[in-house]
Amino acid sequence: MSALAIDVTGLVKRFGDNTAVDGVDIHMPKGEVWGFLGPNGSGKTTTIRMICGLLRATEGEGTCLGYDIAREADQVKLSTGYMTQKFSFWNELTIRENLEFVARLYRMTPLRECVDITLETLGLTDRQHQQAGALSGGWKQRLALAAVTMHAPKLLLLDEPTAGVDPQARRDFWDEIHRLSTEGMTVLVSTHYMDEAERCDHIVYLANGKLLTEGRVADIIKDSGLVTFRVEGDSVRRFAGPLQQLEGVDHVSYFGDALLVSGTQREIIEHAIEEATDASIRWQVVRPSLDDAFIALMARAGDDRRAHA
Amino acid sequence: MNIGSGVFVRISAIFFKELVQMRRDRLTFAMMFAIPVLQLVLFGYAINTDPKDLPTAVHVEEQTPIVRTLLQALETSTYYDLVMQTDDPRESGALLARGEVAFVVSIPAGFSEQLIRGERPQLLIEADASDPAAASNAIARADAILTSALRHDLTGPLKSLNPGPSPFELITHARYNPEGVTQYNIVPGLLGVILTMTLVMITGMAITREAERGTLENLLAMPVQPLEVMIGKITPYVGVGAVQTIVILVAARYLFAVPFIGSMWPLLFGVAIFVLANLALGFTFSTIASSQMQAMQLTMFFFLPSILLSGFMFPFRGMPHWAQWIGEVLPLTHFLRIVRGVMLKGSTLGDLQSEFIAMTIFALAAVVVAMLQYRQTLD
Repeated sequence: MSALAIDVTGLVKRFGDNTAVDGVDIHMPKGEVWGFLGPNGSGKTTTIRMICGLLRATEGEGTCLGYDIAREADQVKLSTGYMTQKFSFWNELTIRENLEFVARLYRMTPLRECVDITLETLGLTDRQHQQAGALSGGWKQRLALAAVTMHAPKLLLLDEPTAGVDPQARRDFWDEIHRLSTEGMTVLVSTHYMDEAERCDHIVYLANGKLLTEGRVADIIKDSGLVTFRVEGDSVRRFAGPLQQLEGVDHVSYFGDALLVSGTQREIIEHAIEEATDASIRWQVVRPSLDDAFIALMARAGDDRRAHA
Repeated sequence: MNIGSGVFVRISAIFFKELVQMRRDRLTFAMMFAIPVLQLVLFGYAINTDPKDLPTAVHVEEQTPIVRTLLQALETSTYYDLVMQTDDPRESGALLARGEVAFVVSIPAGFSEQLIRGERPQLLIEADASDPAAASNAIARADAILTSALRHDLTGPLKSLNPGPSPFELITHARYNPEGVTQYNIVPGLLGVILTMTLVMITGMAITREAERGTLENLLAMPVQPLEVMIGKITPYVGVGAVQTIVILVAARYLFAVPFIGSMWPLLFGVAIFVLANLALGFTFSTIASSQMQAMQLTMFFFLPSILLSGFMFPFRGMPHWAQWIGEVLPLTHFLRIVRGVMLKGSTLGDLQSEFIAMTIFALAAVVVAMLQYRQTLD
C-alpha cells in the first residue's frame, strides 16, 4: 500500500484545441493538508476532476488512494469526497433529506444514525428540516462539507470551498478541516486566499495548466528570493509612484498607512528607498507575503518563456 | 446634462446589451427564426382541411359501361383514389379497420339493369369516419358526383330517367363514428399529445436543471453509474405518464362517452413503446440544451410538427406527400393510429402491426442517440 494519497504523473487534459492541464505531477502523502493555488483558469478544477475520476485524462496516469484513476474510478469515488466549487446540493430538499440521499448512494447503514451523527458533528441538527435553497452561504457550505465527509472518505478534495463565505464561517470551516486531518483524513483544498494557503502543510501552485512551484509556504517564500521592505512615514503614499520606477524594485503595494516594496536585491532596493524619500521616512525588512512571492514567480516564469522563445 | 437624452442613452444601452445577449444564445436565436418558418411552412403548405385522393377500394359485382362511368367519375372527382378491387365483401371491413383505405364502394350485381328499369338500385359507400373531418367532404359530394356522371350516359331513350332525383339510391355508412362526433377522434388523440408534451418537455427540463445547477457533477462524483442516474431520473415521469393515461381514458369513457371497442392490451403495449420513445427523445434534448429554457424550445420545435403533421388536428391524408413523409417519422402519428384504431375500430395487434414496428424503430433509434449523447457530455 502506497504512502501516497495522490500519485499522478504527467496529467494532461485537452478540450478540443484548448489544453486546460499540461503535464501536472502531484505526489501527496497521506494525512496532510495541501493547498492548491493558482489564478482562475489555471487548471485546478480540471486537475481535481481527473483525480477523483470525473474526467478522463487525455495523457498521463496515476493513482488516487492506490486506485488507478482511469480504470478504477468507481473505487476512487467510493473513498473520496469531492466538494464542487459551486454549491451543488438539492435546493428543494431539506438538509436532512440531502444527507439521507447521499448516505443512500454510499449505502450507509444504519441510515438514520449516520445522518444524525453527521448533523450533530457539523452543528446542523437544529436546521435539519430547512430546505437547502433557503440557507445562507455559510450554512450551505457547512451542509456541503457534511455531505462530502459523512461517508468518512480517506481523501477530501475541496474546490474553493470558502469563496464568498464570511470570515467567521471561514475560520470555523478551517477548524473543521484540521479536526478531520487529525483524524487521519488527507485534504486537498484549492483556494485563492493566501491566509488559507498558509494553514496548509504544503502548497502546489498551478499557472496556465502547469505546475509552477510547490513546497512549504516558508520555503516557497525563501526560494522566491524576494526581499520586502515596509516603508512608513508622513504621507508615505506620495512615494509609491517614484519607488515603482526605480531599478531593482519589482513591486510596490499599499498596506494601510505603509508601503510594501519588494524586489530581489536587498542593497539596491534599500539604496533606492533612501534616495527616493526624505528624512521623515523609516523602513524595515519584513517577511514577504505569499502573494508577492507568487507574483514574482509568475513574472519570472513569463521572462523565462520569453527568453526561450 | 439633459434628462431627455439621458433616458434615450440608457434605453439604447439596454437595447444593445439585449441584442448582444440574444445573438450569443445561439440555440434561442435559431429557434426565434426556425419556429416561425416552421409554422409558415406547416400551416401554409402542409395543412389542408379538404383532403383529396383518399384511398378507396371498390367491390363491384358486375362490369358494365354504367359501372365504369360511375367509378371513372369518382376517380376524376379527385376526392377518391381507387387503389384496389376486392371480391370478398367481408374484406372491406378489414381494409377499413387496418386503415388501408378510407372508403369502400360496393356496387351489387344487377345494378345497371335495375337502374335502366328505373328501380333505383342501391349503391353503398362505407367510410372510415373515425376522423369525421377527413371523410365528410368526400361523402357529401358523392351523390352529386355520381348523378352528374350518369347524365352523359343516360341519353336518347334513357333521357327520361335523367331529371328527377338520382336514378339510384346512395347509401353511406359512416363507420366507427356514425354521428360524426368530433370528440371521438380528438379525445383518444389527446392521449398522445399530452404524453408527448409531458414526457419530452418535463424529462428534458428535469435533466437540464440538474446540469444547469451543477448538481449533476456532484452526483457523478459519488458512487453512482450514469445509467443509474438516467433510469432513476426517468422513472418518476413514467409514473406521471401512467397517471395521465388513466385520467384521459377515464375521462374519455365517462365524460365524453368515447366508445372503446378493441381490447386494452394492444393499447397499453402502444402506450409503453410511445412513452419509451418520448422519454429517450426528452433525454436527448437535455444533452443538447444547456439551460431549461433551451430544453423547452427544443421541445416546441418537435411538438409543433407532431401536433400538425400527425393527423391529430388535421386529416393526415389531406397533406401533401412530403408532409406525410415527415408525419410517418413522428411517433405520435403511429400512436394516434393505434389509439384511434383500438378504441374506435376495435383494431387488433395484427391490424396495427406496421404502426407498432414504425414506433419501435423510432424508440430504439432515440434510445441509441440518447445514450451516445449522454456519454459525450460526461467528458
